[in-house]
Amino acid sequence: MIQQHSMPAPEVLPLGQDGVLVRFAKQASFEATAACLAFQRVVEDANLPGLTDVVPSLISVLLQFDPARTDRAAVTAATSALLDGRDWLHDPLPAPKRCWHIPVAFGGQFGPQLTDFATVSGLSEDTIIAEAQETELRVLAIGFAPGQPYLGYLPEGWQVPRQSSLTPRVPAGAIATAIRQMVLFTSASTTGWRQIAETGFRPFLQERSESFLLRQGDAMRLHQVSHDAYRDLLKDNAEGLGGARCEVLS
Amino acid sequence: MSAELIIHRAGPALSVQDLGRPGHMAQGIATGGAADRLALMEAAALLQSPKVLPAIEMAGLGGTFSVTAPSRFALTGAPMRATLDGEPLGWNESHVLQPGERLEIGGVSEGVYGYVTFAATIAQPQWLGSVATQAGLGIGQLLAEGDTLPLTGDPDPEEPPRRLPKPDRFKGGILRMMPGPQTGLFSTATLQRALATQFTRDAAANRQGVRLNHDDAPFPADEAASLGSDFITQGDVQMTGDGVPYVLMADCQTMGGYPRLGSVIPDDLPMLAQAPLGAPIQLQLLSQEDADALWQPDSARLAALRSKAEVKIRDPHQIRDLLRYQLISGVTAGDDLDRDDA
Repeated sequence: MIQQHSMPAPEVLPLGQDGVLVRFAKQASFEATAACLAFQRVVEDANLPGLTDVVPSLISVLLQFDPARTDRAAVTAATSALLDGRDWLHDPLPAPKRCWHIPVAFGGQFGPQLTDFATVSGLSEDTIIAEAQETELRVLAIGFAPGQPYLGYLPEGWQVPRQSSLTPRVPAGAIATAIRQMVLFTSASTTGWRQIAETGFRPFLQERSESFLLRQGDAMRLHQVSHDAYRDLLKDNAEGLGGARCEVLS
Repeated sequence: MSAELIIHRAGPALSVQDLGRPGHMAQGIATGGAADRLALMEAAALLQSPKVLPAIEMAGLGGTFSVTAPSRFALTGAPMRATLDGEPLGWNESHVLQPGERLEIGGVSEGVYGYVTFAATIAQPQWLGSVATQAGLGIGQLLAEGDTLPLTGDPDPEEPPRRLPKPDRFKGGILRMMPGPQTGLFSTATLQRALATQFTRDAAANRQGVRLNHDDAPFPADEAASLGSDFITQGDVQMTGDGVPYVLMADCQTMGGYPRLGSVIPDDLPMLAQAPLGAPIQLQLLSQEDADALWQPDSARLAALRSKAEVKIRDPHQIRDLLRYQLISGVTAGDDLDRDDA
């Protein structure tokens, strides 16, 4: 649990001319993400007229509507009614149905900011690499880029803010961290998170028969490989698995 | 018969675009589509198409094209130097391209993104209901010299060429912004200062976002360092960690943790996409009610443009291959010789 103090009521906010955002918390936590998943199901079951999409993030659920068929007042009223009378931040995230095991190379050219992250966090590089592997990560949300997972949560020592300036480019496969989370980049990107490792696992490849591999709630484990072994994994990686293995959990 | 569009020469950033693929935020996919959506609607109006057609978006520099079957085409968005077998072509107009002819499109004279739209209709396979390219995100690829694109065929090649009044969105201006989920994290003083600031379009601008330059202090927000990543929509004015604003555009990320000052309404994004380097940009805050009241469906925008797309009556001296033109069309309005507005 990241926030121990009692949480305020969910907020109902505008996002664009066709969106209502229900925000359960300003900071990410397993409880907030569990609330998002639970509320998404409640909204979908309610079949509200004029809704075009109901999407969960780590801390919020976005209800997109067609302003030609309904309006903000109607969506907001229906949303408030569905929120009423339930303690949304009470439940833990449901147990994962499957776990992805991902080979990764830490540090050096594959994790150019590992040293910087060690300095900022006060953790040793060995501790970072050990804790990254010991933590059962969960896919908290898919977003930013196609198929891209937000992963968390790492131990307390990983509570480091995003950089104030953006890193101009991290490559596809970069694993970067901030605020006790990791992101596994599915395409080259600008980011404010610090890159500590790299993987050949591509959660999104448009041309692959299964374009998207991850689902919100999946578990993930990182396994360190040497830089040489990692380079070998990249030699034959057309399918973008990078040596990853998916374990089905009972 | 399978017709083709052949790309003989391609500028550095040519891509197929339509109005994008809404409804896939759950997979991390932004709607995407043309950086200047209005240019696609102008093309549909010029070609008298009931719906928006896929277009080739050309950032800064165009290319050379030919077709294997006759097709009308429309030139919209940022004006570019264009010739058909060496003869200059008017922008914001439709024309006809015959097999064997070369359409050459050069650099922009104003704005950023030019569009060529073929009535014969680019028939690339759709992915999630769209042919829109998001090259930076691994969805489709930029077009290159030697590429060919399948065409379905012009449904009405006899339809006369049309023109639209020259658009007025290539020099910057005011972006109307509505409140968003993080507007309340900015102090009133910071928000008012941002609204009073005269920004200019920075050199950092692409299909993902446009950075706004200013000489003043940054625009910080409360709790920014620990904010959970949350949904982003096109038009969001994002303050990065150092408090510098980026307005997020067609290929923006779907989530992010930097706070957003508000959301620019979709009607004002074509102007920002087309604002050249250094163009003045100002933010104006609308109430949520006023912003909602400005919503309009694409069908309304298209209908308004269709009513403005008038048939070109041309000076016969400037009509290439006059004999063929008359044989195909058969009948003219009769006043061709009296008009000199080609």
